[in-house]
Amino acid sequence: MPERIATIASRSGLHARPAALFAEAAGDVGVDVTIAMQGDPADEALDASSILSLMTLGAAKGDVVVLRAEGDGADAALDSLVKLLETDLDAE
Amino acid sequence: MQTFPGVGVSPGRIIGTIRQMPKPISEPPAGEQLSAGTTAEEATAALKAASQAVHDELKDRAAHAIGDGKAVLEATALMAKDTMLIKGAAKLVARGLSSERAIWESGSSVAEMLHNLGGYMAERATDVLDVRARIVAELRGVPAPGIPASSTPFVLVAEDLAPADTATLDPNKVLALVTAGGGPQSHTAIIARSLGLPAVVAAVGVDELPDGTEVYVDGAAGSITANPDDSLRAAADAWAATASLLAEFSGTGTTADGHLVPLLANVGGGKDAEAAAKLGAQGVGLFRTEFCFLERDTEPTVEEQAAAYKSVFDAFPGKKVVLRTLDAGADKPLPFLTDSTEPNPALGVRGYRTDFTTPGVLDRQLEAIALAEQQSEADVWVMAPMISTAEEAARFASMCADAGIKTPGVMVEVPSAALTAEAILREVGFASLGTNDLTQYAMAADRQLGPLAGLNTPWQPAVLRLVGLTVEGSRAEGNGKPVGVCGEAAADPALAVVLTGLGVNTLSMTARSLAAVAAVLKTVTLAEAQELAKLALSAPSATEARAWVREKLPVLEELGL
Repeated sequence: MPERIATIASRSGLHARPAALFAEAAGDVGVDVTIAMQGDPADEALDASSILSLMTLGAAKGDVVVLRAEGDGADAALDSLVKLLETDLDAE
Repeated sequence: MQTFPGVGVSPGRIIGTIRQMPKPISEPPAGEQLSAGTTAEEATAALKAASQAVHDELKDRAAHAIGDGKAVLEATALMAKDTMLIKGAAKLVARGLSSERAIWESGSSVAEMLHNLGGYMAERATDVLDVRARIVAELRGVPAPGIPASSTPFVLVAEDLAPADTATLDPNKVLALVTAGGGPQSHTAIIARSLGLPAVVAAVGVDELPDGTEVYVDGAAGSITANPDDSLRAAADAWAATASLLAEFSGTGTTADGHLVPLLANVGGGKDAEAAAKLGAQGVGLFRTEFCFLERDTEPTVEEQAAAYKSVFDAFPGKKVVLRTLDAGADKPLPFLTDSTEPNPALGVRGYRTDFTTPGVLDRQLEAIALAEQQSEADVWVMAPMISTAEEAARFASMCADAGIKTPGVMVEVPSAALTAEAILREVGFASLGTNDLTQYAMAADRQLGPLAGLNTPWQPAVLRLVGLTVEGSRAEGNGKPVGVCGEAAADPALAVVLTGLGVNTLSMTARSLAAVAAVLKTVTLAEAQELAKLALSAPSATEARAWVREKLPVLEELGL
């Protein structure tokens, strides 16, 4: 299964506005994407398009997360989402 | 014509049609099953459609909102169709629960999880519960909770309004506020006065009136009349004519014989301060600094705070600005300062007391104030809320001295501070009476509770006596240290006369009330005000104190106040 790692760049972590922007983007890519903290088992990964799941994940700035997806367009979807996580969304 | 008596909290006489604030959504009964003939698949589909509809509505509102409100609405919209929330509910539907009950329980467990995470997440728990209520409303086909949307202005009728409702209240759409519950110190009253809207609270039965009923609202007399006749129409027209006269304040508060009573404004930030300066305020008597801290999960930096304080100081160059240090706790919780699990938060670690449990925040705030003062031309005074003893006053004064703040003072809102005002004023430079909390504590009556509205008025002779004792304490201290009033009491023109008669030096209020208070004050001499103060103190009840004083001030009726 294609996967990518990404380092959270937003100052407030994956909370509030950055979480909302990321969840919305993850819901729009057309494939199911999961998110987990690096090192956590893959079967405990959470739905990346769920803002509530992202909030409970509690990823802070500098934390490393793993994104996974399967199916047509999975690689492109993951690349675009990694880019989003590695942007400081609080700065916009 | 049917008349509903209540308590008038913000003057004005208007006629308009009503819109009821939808009742809070009731909890679907525990164990409620799918109705016969509905399959789990159909119920799940209905749930998804409802969640999508709520999402779309919130998303649409976000598109029309600005700033922080927009971000909150966007995040809330996403929660409405969140997989965690909806899948949780779908599982319960598969086990036979009704879709309403299923989303209710799923919302509860998500909210509880967020609550247990603490801090910022715990605050978002409320948003999940709001979304849940909206989805249940959609499934039931009843109006969503919150202030109704309308293209024409209306009289808003509610059980009571919460602080959160202010964010969505559009003063261009709402003509007046009427509540069946709430008291004179409730948020509804404070919101109404700050927006300059006529308002009546504790008017039992108004929540039964159908939408679209035409009513006459008299915010001074405290009554609502359904289907008004021609004489009431004439009264509303007359008010419209005098209201414009009451919008102008000359900029000098004085009695008829020239005894000066500076009229100051209560403000919550730079924009407020600029508006108050335009309305002629002679300074700021209460600068609430909470705005800088609310909605934050961590403490703002000294530099951020200093910039926010300077924006208020800059609106009043050369004039007095009395800043109140952070007053968190009770109805203004802050995740990094207050403990939300206290059983009795009004009597808990709040105001100045948070320095006992979280030292450092107050020191840094004082540092920021001193920094902002150096960069501005305002005459900055600083006071601490919830001071109970002379010892606390002395400690606060030494903290101010360490930070380089010249004029330290205290809020008098705990009865013990009024009773020991002489000893307290030996330690600090001034006192300011916060009549809202002083009344709540003197009468042991929660200011948010409608059934206690009769107790919760600053017209209570016991409260007026505490004001008098504070002034006497200042006189006994001997150095002429000023005593002001910065509670909602100062915005009531009749009470403003009584407070002046009791010897209060300055009155601070929401800026919209300045003109009305000034207009009434200048019709009495200081000696007359002193007589009226004696009269109020001698009354056996708050109702009689108010009635007796108003009877001697015919100007109130002439101006419709």
